[in-house]
Amino acid sequence: MPAALILEQLLNGLQLGVMLFLMAAGLTLIFGVMGLINLAHGALYMVGAFACATVAAWTGSFWLGLVASLAAAAIAGALVEVLVIRRLYDRDHLDQVLATFALILIFSESVRWLFGSFPLYLNIPALLQGAVPLPGGSQYPVYRLAIIGAGLLVAAGLFLLIGKTRLGMRIRAGESDREMIAALGVDIRLLYTIVFALGAALAGLAGALVGALQSVQVGMGEPVLILAFVVIVIGGIGSIRGALVGALIVGVVDTMGRALLPSLLSAFFGPSAAASVGAALASILIYLVMALVLAVRPRGLFPATA
Amino acid sequence: MADAVLDIQGLSKSFGALVVTDNVSLDVRANEIHALIGPNGAGKSTLIGQIAGTIRPDHGEIRLGGENMLGLSAAARAKRGLGRTFQVSSLIPEYSALRNVMLAAQGRQGQSFRFFRSVLADRSLTESAQAMLEQVGLGDRGNVRAAELSHGERRRLEIAAALALRPKIFLLDEPMAGMGPDGAKSLTSFLDGLRAEAPILLVEHDMDAVFALADRISVLVYGRIIATGTVEEIRKHPEVRRAYLGDEA
Amino acid sequence: MSREGVFNLVFAALFLGAVLLAEAMGESFYVTLATRVAILALAATGLNIALGLGGLVSFGHAAFFGLGGYVAGILAVHAFEGAPLLFGLPGTKSMPVIWVAATIASVLLAAIIGAISLRTSGVYFIMITLAFAQMAFFFAVSWPAYGGEDGLSFYVRNAFPGLDTLKPLPFFAVCAALLGLALLFFDRLARSRFGAALQAARQNEVRLAAVGVNPFPVRLLAFVISAAVTGLAGALFADLNRFVSPSMLSWHLSGELIVLIILGGVGRLFGPLVGATLYVGFEYALGGLTDRWQLFLGLVLLGVVLFARGGLVGLIAGRARHG
Repeated sequence: MPAALILEQLLNGLQLGVMLFLMAAGLTLIFGVMGLINLAHGALYMVGAFACATVAAWTGSFWLGLVASLAAAAIAGALVEVLVIRRLYDRDHLDQVLATFALILIFSESVRWLFGSFPLYLNIPALLQGAVPLPGGSQYPVYRLAIIGAGLLVAAGLFLLIGKTRLGMRIRAGESDREMIAALGVDIRLLYTIVFALGAALAGLAGALVGALQSVQVGMGEPVLILAFVVIVIGGIGSIRGALVGALIVGVVDTMGRALLPSLLSAFFGPSAAASVGAALASILIYLVMALVLAVRPRGLFPATA
Repeated sequence: MADAVLDIQGLSKSFGALVVTDNVSLDVRANEIHALIGPNGAGKSTLIGQIAGTIRPDHGEIRLGGENMLGLSAAARAKRGLGRTFQVSSLIPEYSALRNVMLAAQGRQGQSFRFFRSVLADRSLTESAQAMLEQVGLGDRGNVRAAELSHGERRRLEIAAALALRPKIFLLDEPMAGMGPDGAKSLTSFLDGLRAEAPILLVEHDMDAVFALADRISVLVYGRIIATGTVEEIRKHPEVRRAYLGDEA
Repeated sequence: MSREGVFNLVFAALFLGAVLLAEAMGESFYVTLATRVAILALAATGLNIALGLGGLVSFGHAAFFGLGGYVAGILAVHAFEGAPLLFGLPGTKSMPVIWVAATIASVLLAAIIGAISLRTSGVYFIMITLAFAQMAFFFAVSWPAYGGEDGLSFYVRNAFPGLDTLKPLPFFAVCAALLGLALLFFDRLARSRFGAALQAARQNEVRLAAVGVNPFPVRLLAFVISAAVTGLAGALFADLNRFVSPSMLSWHLSGELIVLIILGGVGRLFGPLVGATLYVGFEYALGGLTDRWQLFLGLVLLGVVLFARGGLVGLIAGRARHG
């Protein structure tokens, strides 16, 4: 495979990785701080995408749409936390899985009711249209580079937030010992709502950014959700750093796998067999990676809690 | 020790640079109650964990009835005769007292892969479990869910379950914990009789019980056994006094 | 008899009665619907062994359901086309043979998945079972020989000696009989020594080890048995629709199986059947009224999880008594 194509796929992998990070960061925070498995995270991704598409179409501005996606997802997250999630913290994982599964149904059908089953379209803003030349001769879309940049910026922001602010300190303390920080007077309920809303906002942002690349439709969050869970298991539940490393690993492995495996395999099989076996293997690849990581490090690469 | 039922030699465990168990040797003989005492943070829980099989020691030997226990899981050790109770009562909450003891009887009989016969109709389990409950004074509480038993009843239920294992040794982890004075007294006299079933390694904080029951006492301080002896010897032992009372004349 | 026993008997009588009534009135659509309920109930009963009794939250049981389905489909297609399978073995359209094959395949797959997954617990167990099912799903999607994403149709229903299985009532009878046997087995299992050890492992595995029983082999065997039952249901499901597709392997299906159990009552004997009846009933009753029936299902499910933790059986028969 020519180097230019490899570079292109690598960048695509980074872009996928960065999007997965936005999803995984929220998931891992929510699990690390509140001990909650949140299957509805993909629904919040979808809410962000729909909010962006709707506001962008209405106002003509992608940027306003982005703001709307953050706000809508955060508000939806906060509402859901106060009404439903709050009752689940003391329940076992089965109840959490089921309740958040129910939320997926509720969100999906509600959105379908409001917007119908046809996808919405979201246009890349004028500022970010076009492509830049890469070393090797091919062209790469500006928008995708912008996504990578935005994702890395958010990662930096999160590290600063968790590492350097008082909110971050409370979050880290909450991960270690929930009951203790409540006893020390930190308003746990508010902290949890904030963490949940923060995670939701990140998911919504991811949805909005990806919405301009693919279409905005009900159920768009589900494949991403599963991948995000694989990311946090690989990276270590509760760790933002783990989420970043895990997301980049998953993004790059998945993308490169899909690009390279069929051609690699055509050395052994005929072209059509190579294509189908390659596609099958590529889909399975990250699950194999996850199983491998768990075999060697049962708590993931950077477990946050002991 | 020739007639030691439980023989521990040179047991050591460190977590990183922190030495939690420092070359511990002790033994428990037939018909004996051997108490293990020590100030908080001495490492009693870690030591119990290593004997029971939930923590792996770095060095040392553990023999029960002459058999080497190292490398065996907690379940395997229980099958070979280690009857343990827990510092915080650990029972099957939804099951009745009777079913909890029946489970122990089932464990002893070793036939857990039977799929068709109802346990409640199995006299070999129900009758022996009922007998154990009678022995600890819970004979009429058999149908009460473990979650609904009082604290003292739960401590006794754990002992009944340990009894059902027909163990070679009892490993009792603070059985007096949380007991009021009446409960503690009746449990103390019960444990006195229990030594006839099997010797007891008794980890305890309650000094009245320890001095009333123990044939020998070992004192654990910062992971090290600083003294082993009779009640009188330990009471007068200068290092023990220092460990508990601080430096005094 | 306990309240739960009475409820179960009444429910079974009403269920069978309704089917016979529908047949008598010539409404064979409802007989087929009831067959669907029975098959889903069978699949969920399998999961109930691992999940309800053992506390193993498997989010990948669709792997076994789908495997059973594909075994049935592949054997039937090969028999229909007359082309031999691997190693020259012929296909078959005989249901009993297919059932045995589906069960064996599920046992083998579950032994592998269980041996690996059961070394983990909590959310890791949920994730790794999901991952295995996803692997199976993508494998089926990408494998062109048996339909890939579009699935595999086989045009005749498989044969059961002595019955015309193409007719709704005989096929329902077959499925109902298998469900009945599975329920009987579940009941015996729950009351047995194995069941006691399994339920003890769910509630307090430290206690179980302390009485001399190693939890791992108990859980592994429960997982394998559970997969076998679900796999059998998958073979029946493929036969019902005369179609098998990767959707039988999707995580949505794994989730639905869990939903069925919760709606009916986790760990309860009739939980899966009651849950399947509610679920399919919902789908058809509400689905006729509105396309948005899944919204109401979500709300009901949420309500059950938050407020009626024991499912419908729990509501009616009270908390389970273990004696």
